[in-house]
Amino acid sequence: MRTGKPTVAALAAVTGLLLTACGGGGGSTEDSKEFTAPVAENPSFEEGTTMAHLAEQGTITVGTKYDQPLFALKGLDGEMRGFDVAIAEIIAGRLGIPADRINWQETPSKDREKYIRDGTVDMVVATYTINDKRDERVDFAGPYYQAGQDLMVRADNESITGPESLRDSDAEVCSAHGSTPSERIREYVDNSRLVLFDSYSKCADALSNGQVQAVTTDDAILMGLVSESDNEFKVVGETFSEEPYGVGILEGDVDFCEFVNKSLRIAAKEGTYQQAWNATAGRVSDRTPELPELRSCS
Amino acid sequence: MQVLIANHGAYLSGIATTLWLCLYSGVLTLVVGTVIAGFRVSPLTPLRAFGTAWVTVFRNCPLVVVLFFMAFALPVLGLNASYFVFGTVGLALYTSAFVCEAIRSGINSVPAGQAEAARSIGLGFTQTLGLVILPQAVRSIIPPLGSVLIAMIKNSAIAGAFGVGGDLYMTGTRLSSAQGEAVVPVLIGVALGYLIITIPAGLLLGYVERKVAIAR
Repeated sequence: MRTGKPTVAALAAVTGLLLTACGGGGGSTEDSKEFTAPVAENPSFEEGTTMAHLAEQGTITVGTKYDQPLFALKGLDGEMRGFDVAIAEIIAGRLGIPADRINWQETPSKDREKYIRDGTVDMVVATYTINDKRDERVDFAGPYYQAGQDLMVRADNESITGPESLRDSDAEVCSAHGSTPSERIREYVDNSRLVLFDSYSKCADALSNGQVQAVTTDDAILMGLVSESDNEFKVVGETFSEEPYGVGILEGDVDFCEFVNKSLRIAAKEGTYQQAWNATAGRVSDRTPELPELRSCS
Repeated sequence: MQVLIANHGAYLSGIATTLWLCLYSGVLTLVVGTVIAGFRVSPLTPLRAFGTAWVTVFRNCPLVVVLFFMAFALPVLGLNASYFVFGTVGLALYTSAFVCEAIRSGINSVPAGQAEAARSIGLGFTQTLGLVILPQAVRSIIPPLGSVLIAMIKNSAIAGAFGVGGDLYMTGTRLSSAQGEAVVPVLIGVALGYLIITIPAGLLLGYVERKVAIAR
């Protein structure tokens, strides 16, 4: 019986539904924190800007996911790990805020715009795809990573080879509520074959139990799930979309946006961006990404 | 309100999914609830005990737990079905406890003389219940039964969190999150969608109530 992991995820998921606090999957304990972002000493900012406010306050609230292996995972020891976490720490570091002064706020896909707009968080770094609709309600700095949508199936599945192969099959596909991939996959499967949960860890359980035949989301997230699955799952084919991950901030805060972009550029130049990748997602990926071309802030 | 007009297709499909979920669940829950009510008034002790246990379990477990058990525990135990089926059955089982109690209260409201008369002309327990007691009981329980069923329609929103694709509530989530529409108008649309289902359901129940009403 494969009871261990689903049970833990199951218990966590009940809590998750009630408290929107959910952390299936558990943390990998073997990796101690290998990445530490440089912290600027007494940085100065123009009066009245978000940066000046945050730097003076000495702390920042960052919205991220808690259940996204490789990108943002809250371990059983309470330690946050992942590439998103590292990016947030790089930005906080430029504000003179060390990693242990960051308040992490779990931010599921569906709550990201809301948390930014109502001030629950100062910024969101949560595998957050930049798109036009979202851009109307929040602003994006970055992108800091270029992901793409892909499919994950059980390792012994030969019939699903890409999104096209889903069209004529009766396979059920799992994704997360309110995510971009869940919208795009509708081109290939109709509503009745789409199973949606509030987190991808539940999708992985569903795939493991055979309730669904495929899980779809960004390759970055799938890589993480595969890495935790003990070779039970695999990622198929080529990516079929471009998902630029941005840092979500309050609409109209051009200064903060430019500051984040500058922080990313400096991190890429100094090599901290690459270190952050290698210490996190880079552990299961052969390639080291370049910082994508940043958008203009205004 | 632009949101409602621009996305009426999504809303309609959400309403349809919720409606189907509730129709299947409603039929199933009425059947199961009636059977369990029969158990609870049965002369056989094991059946009575089973009925009582059933009501105790499903009336006292939160719906979230019932649905969670259906969607995540049954597959681990080797029982697989689609999430729509799990959602429908979970909702029906949960509601059946309340349906059972409503029906049982109706059964208790039928004067004992009716059952005695039925037994004295030689009808068995099942015949007494099915032909004499229940037809009279149903007339007085339409209002509470209606409330139970309308509560079920609203409860169906929870099934959306357990993989049932695209019910009305989750359609709202989809519009506000994936497509980035403003939350408040989207949720007003969701509320209207539920009203579109529940108000006609209430009117229908009122009609049925008038049709079967008897002056005693």
